[in-house]
Amino acid sequence: MRSGKITLAHGSGGRLSRELIEREILSRFTAGALAALPDAATLPRPGNELIFSTDSFVVSPLFFPGGNIGDLAVYGTVNDIAVCGGKPLWLSLALVLEEGLELSVLCAVLDSVKNAAQTCGVQIVTGDTKVVQRGQCDGMYLTSAGVGERLPAFALGQSRLAAGDAVLTSGPLGDHGMAVMSVREGLNFQSGPTSDTGPVHRLVAAAGELSSAVKMMRDPTRGGAAAVLNEMVSGSNFDVVLDEANIPAAPNTRALAEILGFDLLHIASEGRFLAVCERAAAEELAQRFRRFPEGAGAAIIGSVAAGQGRVVLNTVTGGRRLVSLPEGELLPRIC
Amino acid sequence: MKYIDGFREPKAAQAAAEEIKVLAQRLEREVRIMEVCGSHTMAIARCGIRTLLPPNVLLLSGPGCPVCVTDGGYIDTACELARRGICLATFGDMMKVPGSECDLSQIRAEGGVIQVCYSPLDALEYARAHPEKEIVFLAIGFETTTAPVIGMLHAAITQGIGNISLLTAFKIIPPAMVVLASDPAVQINAFLCPAHVSAIIGAAAYQVLVDRFALPCVVAGFEPLDIIYGLCGILRQLVHKTAQVENQYNRVVRAGGNKRAQALIAEFLKPVDASWRGIGLLQGSGMGLGEKYAEFDAEIRHGVQIELGRPNLACRCGDVLKGVINPPQCALFGKGCTPQHPVGPCMVSSEGSCAAFYKYSRSVL
Repeated sequence: MRSGKITLAHGSGGRLSRELIEREILSRFTAGALAALPDAATLPRPGNELIFSTDSFVVSPLFFPGGNIGDLAVYGTVNDIAVCGGKPLWLSLALVLEEGLELSVLCAVLDSVKNAAQTCGVQIVTGDTKVVQRGQCDGMYLTSAGVGERLPAFALGQSRLAAGDAVLTSGPLGDHGMAVMSVREGLNFQSGPTSDTGPVHRLVAAAGELSSAVKMMRDPTRGGAAAVLNEMVSGSNFDVVLDEANIPAAPNTRALAEILGFDLLHIASEGRFLAVCERAAAEELAQRFRRFPEGAGAAIIGSVAAGQGRVVLNTVTGGRRLVSLPEGELLPRIC
Repeated sequence: MKYIDGFREPKAAQAAAEEIKVLAQRLEREVRIMEVCGSHTMAIARCGIRTLLPPNVLLLSGPGCPVCVTDGGYIDTACELARRGICLATFGDMMKVPGSECDLSQIRAEGGVIQVCYSPLDALEYARAHPEKEIVFLAIGFETTTAPVIGMLHAAITQGIGNISLLTAFKIIPPAMVVLASDPAVQINAFLCPAHVSAIIGAAAYQVLVDRFALPCVVAGFEPLDIIYGLCGILRQLVHKTAQVENQYNRVVRAGGNKRAQALIAEFLKPVDASWRGIGLLQGSGMGLGEKYAEFDAEIRHGVQIELGRPNLACRCGDVLKGVINPPQCALFGKGCTPQHPVGPCMVSSEGSCAAFYKYSRSVL
């Protein structure tokens, strides 16, 4: 781990910039298009349509139980591509660093970026580094963009929804949001939740010949499962009906949500996705997900029914209620 | 985790819901049960408890959220203090409560210094860290909140932190329940009594409602089974034509309450008349700082006086708080008044009756 701090000169384009890029960026991301530091990456044309996505990351704190902003920057964009039915291939990474940031913090984040990219089999092919004055950003902000190739077996869209379809989750919900909340100022919990930050592309690919039975996929990040499911059926003639008893959640995540008065369905995950698929394929799909550690907690949590574009929850207690969109910003800056 | 799942056990809930149906059938009439605690309102909505009840058992949401019943005039005074450059410390829910002309979030956008606190002790820490500033803590709440706020003031005095004062609008629940029980417009057959308020004041505090109005009063916890068992207890009393205080939440609530908290409150506070938004001025239904602690009273320290607010006339929060109507019966509900753009206090707080109804039951019932 290197010592020292980021200074404005590291973003000046001069000698220190060059040193920073050579020592910390190139040393980690030499393979492929980035090696010669061109102004833009030149990439081979894949066989299928391209899927392109971008996301910015401003999580506070930068490090949280289960991950850091570097993991998020890779998995966030990779997962967006994956749930659109794509195979992620290349990423860009732009860093905005605050003057005074410890070099060791930057190194730790870049190590995570490197490991996460390797895990996902994607290459960081272009990037940028800027430094802003102290106080103009909170440590560091990252932006990643990603390009993937569409997996032709998927045909996703709300128009394919039908009554009787099953709703699946790839794992327990809400771990990321509650893990970040647990380390926020003033809330120090021992053995609190751990973020689920991680990739979902392997699970998506594991659908294989069942891909055509999958009708919609979304990752429940900000706004949680409630926001994603409401968007899935919004404007349609269908409801999603969830069974509370079947919704998986880690015990410590659930406990913290209860203590703080949050609805778990409103809390973000960063390594999960929800899928709607034909009922006949649901159990087999869930089993395929469960073969991977990141899909070990996969479960069928509800179904699609004729309705009015609402999300309804059958509660454990036997009651029935609406699952609405979260109002306002529950937890700012969680990703 | 048993502590959550045990209180939501589906088979037990189903059995109790069946008992409620049988008892309700024996009553052969409509039964109106009022809960006077915001956390009950939320839990009832969140667990879909209304959908478990037979049509002749109606749950009314009373004035159970301390934010909801805070008068607009109080907000006006808080805004005035912030405009003078005094730093306010408050629970987050207060930010959106409408005053006569604006709310605290607007004041903050204008540059007012407002610290949102999870606990009164956050305000004390802020005051300690900023000795150059004057801090006013917005001291609202029922008995549950009153005790920790007074605990904070006690700590401030003990530790010699003098730059904090309280703008008080503490409320006491039983006097409001008496007013509701006496109001001919509000027909209540029983009260589901609050959980944590009762932990402070004790279950015996509701005896007055039994003695004066012969209303069954059951103290219940906030878990779904607590509430369902509480409702069962109420219906059993109604079927047997008895009225008494029953304590379903005896794992937390004692008949005499929390004596230490009561002693602290008695030392620092005195009963005052209080204005409840939508209900009006109720004699002896509030608590203010006693003369001995007048220097910590923000009204005295900063030379302001809380006047009565001017409510929006189209808003029927008053009738909702009294249980005269359910939220959807207000013309503004879900149209002119939503959680994003609340008109009345019941929509403002996440524990407000209208917000709970909007969030969880709008189109399911």
